[in-house]
Amino acid sequence: MPWEIVIGLETHAQLSTASKMFSGASTAFGKPPNTQASAVDIALPGALPVANRGAVERAIRFGLAVGGEKMINRRSVFARKNYFYPDLPKGYQISQYELPIVKGGEIRILTKSGEKAIRLTRAHLEEDAGKSLHEDFQDMSGIDLNRAGTPLLEIVSEPDMGSAEEAVAYAKALYFIIVEEIEICDGNMQEGSFRCDANVSVRRPGAPLGTRAEIKNLNSFRFLERAIEFEAKRQIEILEDGGRIVQETRLYDSDKDETRSLRIKEEAHDYRYFPDPDLPPLVVTEEWIGKIKKSMPESLRVRRDRIVELGLSIQQANQLTASRNTSTVALSLLADAPPKERAMLANWLLGPLSAKLNEENLDIRQSKVSSDQLKALSRRVSDGTVSSSSATTVILPAMWSGEGSPDEIIEKRGLRQLSDAGAIEKIVDQVLAANAKQVEDYRAGKEKAFNSLVGQVMKATQGKANPAQVNEILKRKLAG
Amino acid sequence: MLNASLKELSTALTQKKISSAELTKLFLDRISKLNGAFNAFITVDAEKSLAQARVADERIAKGAALPLTGIPAAHKDIFATKGWLTTCGSKMLGNFVSPYDAHVIERFNAAGAVILGKTNMDEFAMGSSSETSFYGSVKNPWNPDFVPGGSSGGSAAAIAARMAPAATGTDTGGSIRQPAALSGLSGLKPTYGLVSRYGMVAFASSLDQGGPMAKSAEDLAMLLNVMAGFDARDSTSIEHPAENYARDLDKPLSGLRIGVPKEHFGEGLSADVGKSVETALKELERLGAKRVSISLPNSGLSVPAYYVIAPAEASSNLSRFDGVRYGHRAKEYRDLADMYRKTRAEGFGAEVRRRILIGTYVLSHGYYDAYYLKAQKIRRLIADDFVEAFKRCDVVIGPTSPTVAFKIGAKAADPVQMYLNDIYTIPANLAGLPGMSIPCGFGANSLPVGLHIVGEYFAEAKMLNVAHQYQLATDWHRREPAGI
Repeated sequence: MPWEIVIGLETHAQLSTASKMFSGASTAFGKPPNTQASAVDIALPGALPVANRGAVERAIRFGLAVGGEKMINRRSVFARKNYFYPDLPKGYQISQYELPIVKGGEIRILTKSGEKAIRLTRAHLEEDAGKSLHEDFQDMSGIDLNRAGTPLLEIVSEPDMGSAEEAVAYAKALYFIIVEEIEICDGNMQEGSFRCDANVSVRRPGAPLGTRAEIKNLNSFRFLERAIEFEAKRQIEILEDGGRIVQETRLYDSDKDETRSLRIKEEAHDYRYFPDPDLPPLVVTEEWIGKIKKSMPESLRVRRDRIVELGLSIQQANQLTASRNTSTVALSLLADAPPKERAMLANWLLGPLSAKLNEENLDIRQSKVSSDQLKALSRRVSDGTVSSSSATTVILPAMWSGEGSPDEIIEKRGLRQLSDAGAIEKIVDQVLAANAKQVEDYRAGKEKAFNSLVGQVMKATQGKANPAQVNEILKRKLAG
Repeated sequence: MLNASLKELSTALTQKKISSAELTKLFLDRISKLNGAFNAFITVDAEKSLAQARVADERIAKGAALPLTGIPAAHKDIFATKGWLTTCGSKMLGNFVSPYDAHVIERFNAAGAVILGKTNMDEFAMGSSSETSFYGSVKNPWNPDFVPGGSSGGSAAAIAARMAPAATGTDTGGSIRQPAALSGLSGLKPTYGLVSRYGMVAFASSLDQGGPMAKSAEDLAMLLNVMAGFDARDSTSIEHPAENYARDLDKPLSGLRIGVPKEHFGEGLSADVGKSVETALKELERLGAKRVSISLPNSGLSVPAYYVIAPAEASSNLSRFDGVRYGHRAKEYRDLADMYRKTRAEGFGAEVRRRILIGTYVLSHGYYDAYYLKAQKIRRLIADDFVEAFKRCDVVIGPTSPTVAFKIGAKAADPVQMYLNDIYTIPANLAGLPGMSIPCGFGANSLPVGLHIVGEYFAEAKMLNVAHQYQLATDWHRREPAGI
């Protein structure tokens, strides 16, 4: 009898606010220890929390994105989760417990076996803890409270996933929504802006849910996949040997590619949750929701349709809307480009430019070739000054290297297209004379020989000959 | 000058009859002479105070004085005060110099008032006698064998012994009103949310409220004008329009309906206190008020509900005192858990530890519903009692405390007896209503009796009106301890 794997995910997404969840301190990453912590963040006596409106609005955006207005609790409550740890300055974390800001919703995923909806249980606002630094200090630990109080949205799914593949598809779909679609998280996984805890259990089909283990802090899609695969296999082996699964929290060790126990349920804390008396219930009005709805970024699906309307293929439109920044650049570039240049511009964005960006690990907004430069280049192709092949293979890379504007590069490198019919005819004649064998082959019906002759002409002109003209002249001569 | 009202002091300062530096010096001298006997202050820093006084004098000279400019005031050591030791009466914060000012302190500073010192208090405001302070018991200036009440007992003793003309306090279950009553002073706990809690070391966040203590209702109005006001840094601060709390002081009391709750005159009330309060009610009737008998049927549940809610919040609020970032840390420890255990066992006194344990217990899994949730329901019932009562009256008046001051040590071993001191004051905290206490006579051992006035939300001006009219007709508030 086969085993069924049951997976639910809890995802912590860091919200992209400039200041913290309950204080005015900056959320900037990578600053010297304890320089981004205010009186509230270090929990001085008498300091009080004030909820960050921007963080609440981001949570509301999320609710709207995963199910609409009815997902938003009009009244939610901040609660204290009490436990002692040196990087938790107040001795409690402010979170939401019984009444979260978002309830329900769903995320649609696509896997080999088709489309599937993963239900969401809830999403709630909370603050992050600081960091304990156990290295660098002899016989001591360092505490860095820069991260303390950073706003998080914890998104909890139902146990609706049945494989590591589905779990990864869910995590990626969720990532796409919050990072690209509604822009509430910067998505920097190395910096911990998006991290998952996976609840994994196994059972025989139709049987009640098995005992689960929770694997904490998976900060890459690959670790998520490997950890679930390892954990499911571990549990199946135990059960097949007649053993029993213990409810516990486990950690994934990516070096050893295994999970190991952190603490068992009996050691779990009693967090003594209770409503935070420093923070009144969070009330969300219809008017506020309406405002947030209006301020939501344009859906990438809508942008994809707009790109298709500009005459591009669905495939290209999909690729150009895989990230918000690319779609923004693409739309501004394509919308006011002459229709016949759009496909070429899109090809440059998706081809050579994207390759360069990847190579240098840059965002499209940091591209070394501006939209205006791209447009100048496409104009030179469409007015016949340069061939599209030299534009793509020579001029674009030269622009990236900072050699100047398209016109400067064309002049400097002598790339002006050869459109003088007389000059081309002369070269064609020379090529035909020097390649009698290919001419014979072509006349004998070998079409391939024609391409070879075109290539010879282009080579002889260093790629500068106008390809259309070369074709036309060559055909005429061969026919004659 | 020592007995002058704040208004008189303000006039003397603006008319240059005395400088703020001289006035401050007068009280500082008084403190050095008397603090040894009463232990009202934890910290006095004459240089800092006099420097502030000199700045105030410049301001007065420029004609830019506000009503409190140049007037020295003492602050309960629960208010974070920049550059001052802020101990909250605890060993835990014995070395804590605050890097910032509480909103209340900012307000006093902006008004040009002079910080006279930080006053002694029950540790973390947990107590009704000012005996739980790590810095020793405060003594009642009316008789140093007796407690001054608490937790704001240092502020009370400072004013009663004329070491300060005015002071701040905080009131979670009666900690302004009860010491005011036991020390023969006037004290007011405003509507919850009227005075910002920012920088006020939290005991029970949903109950704590800062307020003024002084010799008269008129003085309280002047102080409240400075202390009250919205503060965006406290999410429970209320955006209430600014008021002049002195505006109604002179209104006659004719037609005022006084609700007298029968539950506050039953078992537990000592005869001497009952008699003084009864006489005061008659005086108010003579001034034109009408007496209405009312009932607060759930008030008997207020002490048990309070002793679930307040410790629950305190157990969490005091978690930040862990020895990691500031304050006391045990010298030797084996590991992290041992560091926490020793730090907190050494840093907190017995009463604070008791309340942390109670609070931790009532919030624990399996007990939460039976204790914390139930107490919250009772809290709602108590607030509803007042809503009903205020349909029939304008203010509720009764005794502040069941007895006059008791001897130091008399109740220290019996926490429940100690807790019952606040039986009449706690309901106002649970309901978030404003309450005040004014002197209305003397009882056993010639110790002061307090009259408790509770008003509707934001009815401070009306309560001060009632108190002031009473004080115009009587002189209890002018009496001072003999022989100091």
